[in-house]
Amino acid sequence: MNLFSEAYDGMLVVHVDEPRLDAAIAIRFKEQMREVTVQPAPRVILDMSKIEFLDSSGLGAVVAVMKSLAPHRQLELCGLTGNVDKVFRLTRMDTVFRIHPDLDTALNSGRKYA
Amino acid sequence: MRDTSTGEGPAPRPDAAPPPRIFHLSFPASAISVRSSLRAALARFARVMTPDEAGTLELILAEVLNNIVEHSYRDTGVGTITLSMVRDTQGLSCSVSDDGVPLPMTCLSQTDNKDSRPSPESLPEGGFGWFLIRDLATNLGYTRDGNRNLLAFRLPLAPMLVRAAG
Repeated sequence: MNLFSEAYDGMLVVHVDEPRLDAAIAIRFKEQMREVTVQPAPRVILDMSKIEFLDSSGLGAVVAVMKSLAPHRQLELCGLTGNVDKVFRLTRMDTVFRIHPDLDTALNSGRKYA
Repeated sequence: MRDTSTGEGPAPRPDAAPPPRIFHLSFPASAISVRSSLRAALARFARVMTPDEAGTLELILAEVLNNIVEHSYRDTGVGTITLSMVRDTQGLSCSVSDDGVPLPMTCLSQTDNKDSRPSPESLPEGGFGWFLIRDLATNLGYTRDGNRNLLAFRLPLAPMLVRAAG
């Protein structure tokens, strides 16, 4: 499970460097997210641009991470590829996440609040 | 469109009537084996479907197979899953069998109700799997045959004529 994080002012960006976020790595994803989000930042942005395939276990893991950060910290998503975006839309979970088309947009949207 | 006549006109080109494509695989009931099986199944049919259709197929199969690993075989890692698929003119016919515990009928009982999706506002961490299967697959059927679960479904696909960029 390859996750790495970078701090931008007020934001923690977590890159998922895996082609799949599925049942095989969902638990490890949750564990590693807990570790990398130890450092404080009100906004956590999950860069999903490398993920080509997401199943319901992967989706559930992303939801679990969002819930573990709430209420004081928000999980936002960016860079959803076609198949990943489809899962969010079919399940309507796109309505409960703040989703940015790409990382630049996510970072710029942060500046408004800075 | 389809020329079923005989004895007139030139012989059909070899690519005019593609042979049925069949996939059959038995594999251990583990999440890692599911991954490699998905890769093999997708590779077999990648050239007779669009990338979008392939994404849908992979999602349905992943949900069905991982459900078997987690629930039918209760994550023991012991057990065998058998997956069979046939490409016909209208799509893919898939059947999956396993020797685990019976599938609860509630998983299929909402087949006609596509709105049976978990409520997003409740921030559900599960329950999406069968919703996605019911939403994306057609002709979903299940039977318990002795100690065996048999699940069958179809995925409608665009006709596999002219797929130039295959």
